[in-house]
Amino acid sequence: MIRTAWLILRKDLTVEVRSLEIAYTTLFFAISCVLFFAFALVKEGKAPEDGAAGILWIAIAFAGTLALGRTFERERQSETLRALLMAPSDRPAIYVGKLLGIIALLVGAELVLVPLVAFLFQAPLLGHPFWLAAILLSGTLGFASVGTLFSAMLVRARSRDVLLPVLLYPITVPVIIAGVRATAALLQPDVELAIVRFWVMLLLALDVVFLTLALWTFEPLMTD
Amino acid sequence: MPKWFTPAAIVCALMFAVSPFLIANAPYEATMGLVQKIFYYHLPSAWVFLLSAIICGIASARFLFGGSPRQDRLAHAAAELTVLFGAIVLVTGPLWARKAWGVWWQWDVRLTSSFMGWMVAWAYLLVRKYGGPGSDKLAAGLALFGMANVPFVYISVNYWRTIHPATSVVPTLPVDMGVALWFAVACFLLLFVLLLRMRVRLEEQRAKLDALYLSLDE
Amino acid sequence: MRSTFHWMNKPMRVLALLLLLVSTPAFAQQQPSAQPPKQTDEFVPISQLPPQDQLPAAPLLVTAYAFVWVVLFGYVVSVARRLTKVQTEIERLDADIKRGTRT
Repeated sequence: MIRTAWLILRKDLTVEVRSLEIAYTTLFFAISCVLFFAFALVKEGKAPEDGAAGILWIAIAFAGTLALGRTFERERQSETLRALLMAPSDRPAIYVGKLLGIIALLVGAELVLVPLVAFLFQAPLLGHPFWLAAILLSGTLGFASVGTLFSAMLVRARSRDVLLPVLLYPITVPVIIAGVRATAALLQPDVELAIVRFWVMLLLALDVVFLTLALWTFEPLMTD
Repeated sequence: MPKWFTPAAIVCALMFAVSPFLIANAPYEATMGLVQKIFYYHLPSAWVFLLSAIICGIASARFLFGGSPRQDRLAHAAAELTVLFGAIVLVTGPLWARKAWGVWWQWDVRLTSSFMGWMVAWAYLLVRKYGGPGSDKLAAGLALFGMANVPFVYISVNYWRTIHPATSVVPTLPVDMGVALWFAVACFLLLFVLLLRMRVRLEEQRAKLDALYLSLDE
Repeated sequence: MRSTFHWMNKPMRVLALLLLLVSTPAFAQQQPSAQPPKQTDEFVPISQLPPQDQLPAAPLLVTAYAFVWVVLFGYVVSVARRLTKVQTEIERLDADIKRGTRT
């Protein structure tokens, strides 16, 4: 099962590295998002309080939606998803492979977004790198786990571009809220690690719930 | 429609006719006065909203793993009722809150998660309508995630600092308030069963129509 | 000429009609019972006024109950109407099949 997931991940990364199409476009979109918010919300050169945390996570969510759409669009075009499903491999392994690919893409975007937001909004995001990494990873995992499932399901549906946000955003609201609250707590002048720890625990709990549900339902959802 | 439908419908309508009188006779609540009486319809609608989401989730799971079209029809009907009763909760609540809390809306846990659950049910209906082939399974997957939200909505008030009353309020109500409340709960539950039956019948007839069209094509 | 609701069979017609009828006494029952606020002849900050004087509760209450009634009734009518449409279509198809033709 792990081997299958790894193979799929490697395939996706190989294809992506050749053109870097999704990586560049997603990154550009995320940066534009941040800039839009900067122009909209900054008054007299200062961003609103907690603004940096919110803006970071919104950029991640929007960029993630875009990346999910593009990744599975690529699958749809070459009918590779059907081929994968017909192969005698564990269905959940396919899901895990795609999930890891999406996470890799999003983490790559975050590596650029975090310094950018910190710079543009004077936010001390890099003050507690370990905690920030924990928040970002658990939040990204939660968002991507639901996103990968829904995108895979939508590959053969009509209006898939519109339906992905419709399906994804209500479900991932708790993840985004927890991510923003945790990041905002980290940006306070005197950080209360207990609060950060609480939100990270909540994020991890959400990850467990979402991953379990996704792995459980992936097979019946992908079968015709 | 089954035999019990008409008598049950009459009973339900009569109960709804009687409920305002019971509610008017219930004592005023100390701090909130008249506006608190919205509670007697707000709470039963909330319970039906959550119940409907659970039924939708269970039916969706049974449909996904068992393939029974009956469960799919039940899930679709339950989702529509979730949107209906959710809308009632989300309108009566703020009307009450405007006076009791001074604001129409607060982004606390209970309200946010309820709103989110309502959006999920609405998304279910959108997917069923515009998703094309395979949208029944898609929506079923979504409903499962929506059902996972329900226990969270219910217990969130007990574990977070929130302005919304906690779940301990209902068991500790004085008797005369309790009578009005439980009567209203009975009204809403009966109405929910009736509406669900009606809505499932609509789906059944639609399926019958599709089958007829298919048989014509042969 | 058949009535619009001919396939909204008896039980549903009863339910819809009774829901309509009960909404009237429900409205009548909720007439505001609070007295109009006493005239104040000196300045009193709003936070010190008794709560009922700050914001009238009756319109909120009436709106809430009215909303519930209207929405529930509207839903019953909506389902009934959709059901009527499907039933008519089924009858039409049945008739066509019996005649051995297809429209």
